[in-house]
Amino acid sequence: MVHTWSSLISTLFLLLLCITGLPLIFHHEIDELLGYDPKPEIAQPGAVKRSIDEIARTALANDPGRVLQYILWDKDEPNTVVAFTNNKVDGDPDAATLRAYDAHTAKPLGSVGGGPMLIFLKLHVDMFAGQPGKLFLGAMGFLFLVAIVSGVVLYWPFTRRLSFGTLRDKSRRIAWFDWHNLLGAVTIAWALVVGATGVINTLAEVMLSQWKANEIADMVKPYAGKPPPVHRASLDTTIERARTTAPGMNISFIAFPGTPFTSSHHFAVFMRGDTPLTSRLLKPVLLDGETGEVSDARDLPVYLKVLLVSQPLHFGDYGGMPLKIIWALLDIMTIVVIVSGLYLWIVKRRKHRSHAIAGQPSLQPSR
Amino acid sequence: MTVARKSRSSGNWWTVYGGPLLIGVLSVAGLLSALLSEGPGRYFSWLALGAPVALTVWFFARRKRD
Repeated sequence: MVHTWSSLISTLFLLLLCITGLPLIFHHEIDELLGYDPKPEIAQPGAVKRSIDEIARTALANDPGRVLQYILWDKDEPNTVVAFTNNKVDGDPDAATLRAYDAHTAKPLGSVGGGPMLIFLKLHVDMFAGQPGKLFLGAMGFLFLVAIVSGVVLYWPFTRRLSFGTLRDKSRRIAWFDWHNLLGAVTIAWALVVGATGVINTLAEVMLSQWKANEIADMVKPYAGKPPPVHRASLDTTIERARTTAPGMNISFIAFPGTPFTSSHHFAVFMRGDTPLTSRLLKPVLLDGETGEVSDARDLPVYLKVLLVSQPLHFGDYGGMPLKIIWALLDIMTIVVIVSGLYLWIVKRRKHRSHAIAGQPSLQPSR
Repeated sequence: MTVARKSRSSGNWWTVYGGPLLIGVLSVAGLLSALLSEGPGRYFSWLALGAPVALTVWFFARRKRD
């Protein structure tokens, strides 16, 4: 019962998630192919990188009337800098414009993201329904986890007389039943991890506002009541001081005062390590927006660390192209589990309605 | 008593859950290895997470036809 209903309620949405998730595994490659992933020019040997203040000015000149929210450095693209502009520092994330700039020439290289993959992403993340849509999909993801666990419990009575991996073709129903069991059984751990990390990701905004209300508020206590900076400190000075505070780390992104990632008075520079794991575990350094002096630097709380580590485990983007291909195959296997489960339910219902057909082998748990 | 055990499908805990459990443990190890180590961890993750796919293909290839 638990297995039937948790699956049935979430079936349509899980199919949506699995199907939109499939191209998203390769979004980087697809964006590159369609021209939504601008590449830097080949740098002259010995070329010096432009100052970030200059890139910031260029970014504002490119999007007049807007403000900077974040400047980001992609780990895999050291020669580009991505600037986020929006109509307000705390503007709607959907209204943000992302443009790449060449780190050596400050030339605009084109907008980042967008195109068809953005549609897949929006469908996958919140079905164009904002935060409520996101939390709804989180609930559907939770039902998916319930369906998996209840499926593990049901696996015993249904397969105890069969050896692992039995695939019969006595009837279409039995064939699908065996496929449902086999594919479900071999993908359990992967599906649980991808499902659970997906659910965690739907809570990102909730966690961020929790962090802002507690940790950030505590870190900037001495500044309570101070207005937003009037004359902003130099970005290059600010970043340099953040680097000194977190030696051995690289900059991931800088959040401008008033954005969701910092206080209204501070820059937050998020530093990252250089191993696959530590590059996810960001360390924020808060710096005074007017002077660029370091105010405080603390490790992120456990719940945000969990969120950051859960992201690669959901995206499958941390083990090269072979891992992405395996991710896609496991996703397709999960789609077959969902569709076959739905098929088995429909057939069972139809059979119940028109009474059991004599001689049909039944799929009953064996005692 | 193990000597007297009959077919593999007699229905004990290990014959039902053993296979899926091993695959599950291997999958989790693969998921974590690429995160913790960039070189060898990555290669291991391809093998470990490729195992469910390979096993499925193997079961399909040796299925009995009626």
